Amino acid sequence: MSSVLTPAEFYQRDRRVHPPAYSPVYKTSVPRSPNQALLTIQQTASEITGPTFGHNDFGPLDNDLTLNFNHGGLPVGERIIVHGRVLDENGRPVPRTLVEIWQANASGRYRHKKDVYLGALDPNFGGCGRTLTDDTGYYFFRTIKPGPYPWLNYVNTWRPSHIHVSVFGSSFSQRLITQMYFEGDPLIPHCPIVATLPDRAAVDRLIAPVDLNAAVPMDCLAYKFDIVLRGRRSTLFENRLEGN
Amino acid sequence: MAQPLNYLVETPSQTAGPYVHIGLAPGAAGFRLFDKELGQTIAAEDVPGERITVSGRVLDATGAPVKDVLIEVWQADANGIYPHPEDPRVADCAPGFRGWGRVITNFETGDWSFQTIKPGPVPQRHGGPQAPHISLWLVARGINIGLNTRMYFPEDADMHASDPILRSIEQRHRVATLVAERTGPGHYRFDIRLQGDAETVFIDI
Repeated sequence: MSSVLTPAEFYQRDRRVHPPAYSPVYKTSVPRSPNQALLTIQQTASEITGPTFGHNDFGPLDNDLTLNFNHGGLPVGERIIVHGRVLDENGRPVPRTLVEIWQANASGRYRHKKDVYLGALDPNFGGCGRTLTDDTGYYFFRTIKPGPYPWLNYVNTWRPSHIHVSVFGSSFSQRLITQMYFEGDPLIPHCPIVATLPDRAAVDRLIAPVDLNAAVPMDCLAYKFDIVLRGRRSTLFENRLEGN
Repeated sequence: MAQPLNYLVETPSQTAGPYVHIGLAPGAAGFRLFDKELGQTIAAEDVPGERITVSGRVLDATGAPVKDVLIEVWQADANGIYPHPEDPRVADCAPGFRGWGRVITNFETGDWSFQTIKPGPVPQRHGGPQAPHISLWLVARGINIGLNTRMYFPEDADMHASDPILRSIEQRHRVATLVAERTGPGHYRFDIRLQGDAETVFIDI
C-alpha cells in the first residue's frame, strides 16, 4: 500500500476575478501588498486538506444575531434573513462547511475594542454569527441590516452597508473571506474597497438581492447571497506508488 | 461559437478589514458570545509530539508591525497525518489533534505566538516526504485576498533540498524567508514581511 495521498487538485484560482493585492485606491493595501509574484506550486496533501467542523462546535443561537447577544431585548434595526448556498465552481453544493459572518450594528458601529466611531453600541447586538451548511450547501442567518459608517481612506469615505463573510470549503486552498453588499445601496459605487474589485461583474457577484420569497411576513425581510468556492477535478490523477 | 462551459465563477475576495476578530475571535475583540471559540487549540496537551512555541510579527513595507493581522494555521500531527477524511492514514491521527488554529496579535505591539506540536513530514505528491512545515494564511485590513505561506524548521535543512515547494523558489536567497529561527529549546521565531527587500515568499496554493 502506498501512503501517498491521491492528489485531487482544486482548479487553479483565477486571480482576475479577485482584487489585486496592490490597489492604490484602497490606501492601506499599498504597504501591505506583496510585490513579488506568488510562488506557483502543485497542490500537495497540505493544500487539499483543511480543518473540519462538527455540530458539537456550535450552539443553537450561533446563527441568529438578533438573539445571540441578548441582554434583555432585541437589537435595533431592520430585521433580515441572509441566506443562500455555498457551491463550488462545478455547481456542486459544499455541505457541512463553516460559514462565519461579522458586521456593524444598525448605527454602523462595531463591537470591537478598536472601533471608536460615535455611532452607538447596541446592548443587544454582538455582531457575529456562524453556522454549518446543510447537506445541500444551504445556510441562513437572522440578523439586522448593518448601517454605513465613515472611515479614513480619503477624508470623507463611507462604507456601504455590508456583512463580512468567511467560508472554509473542504480544503485550505478554498479558504475565502469576502463581503456581502445590499441591492440598491447608493454608497456601493463610492467605496474604495468595492473599487478594488476588477470589474462590474465582480461587484455584482457581491451584491445580495432582496428576496421576498424568503422574507417572513410581518417579521423580517430577506437577502439571498450564494457563495462560490474553487472547484475540484473530477478525474483523479493516477496514484503512483512511492518511489516511482 | 463553441458550447458554453458553464462553470461558476469563484466569489471575489474582499479584505477581512480591521475588525476580523469580531467574527473569527470575538474574545479578542473584547466580548464573549460563543460557548466555544474556534481555533484556540491546535494540539491538545496530551497529543504526542514535541511541544513548540512559534512567535513572530507580520511587518509591512515600511517595517511597521501589522497589528490587526489574523493568521490561520494548518498542519499535520507528529506523524505527518492530517485530521482530514482524505488523508489515507487519518484513522491513525493523534486523538485531540485539530491541526488548525487562529493566531491573534497583541493589538498594541503586533506580536503574536502560538503553541502546537512539531508536525511530521507529509508525503509529496508522488512519494518521498516533504520537509516538516506549517501552512499559514494571513488576513488583515489592507490585504485584499488572504496570503498563503509556509513555515519550515531550521533543523530540517537536509530535507529542505528535496522539498518540492522550497526547491521551486527560483531566487535561492528567498528560501530563508520560509525558515523559522530557533531561539531556544522548542521555541521558534518567524517574522513575515509583506513587502520589501526581504519579502516573504507567498504561495499561490
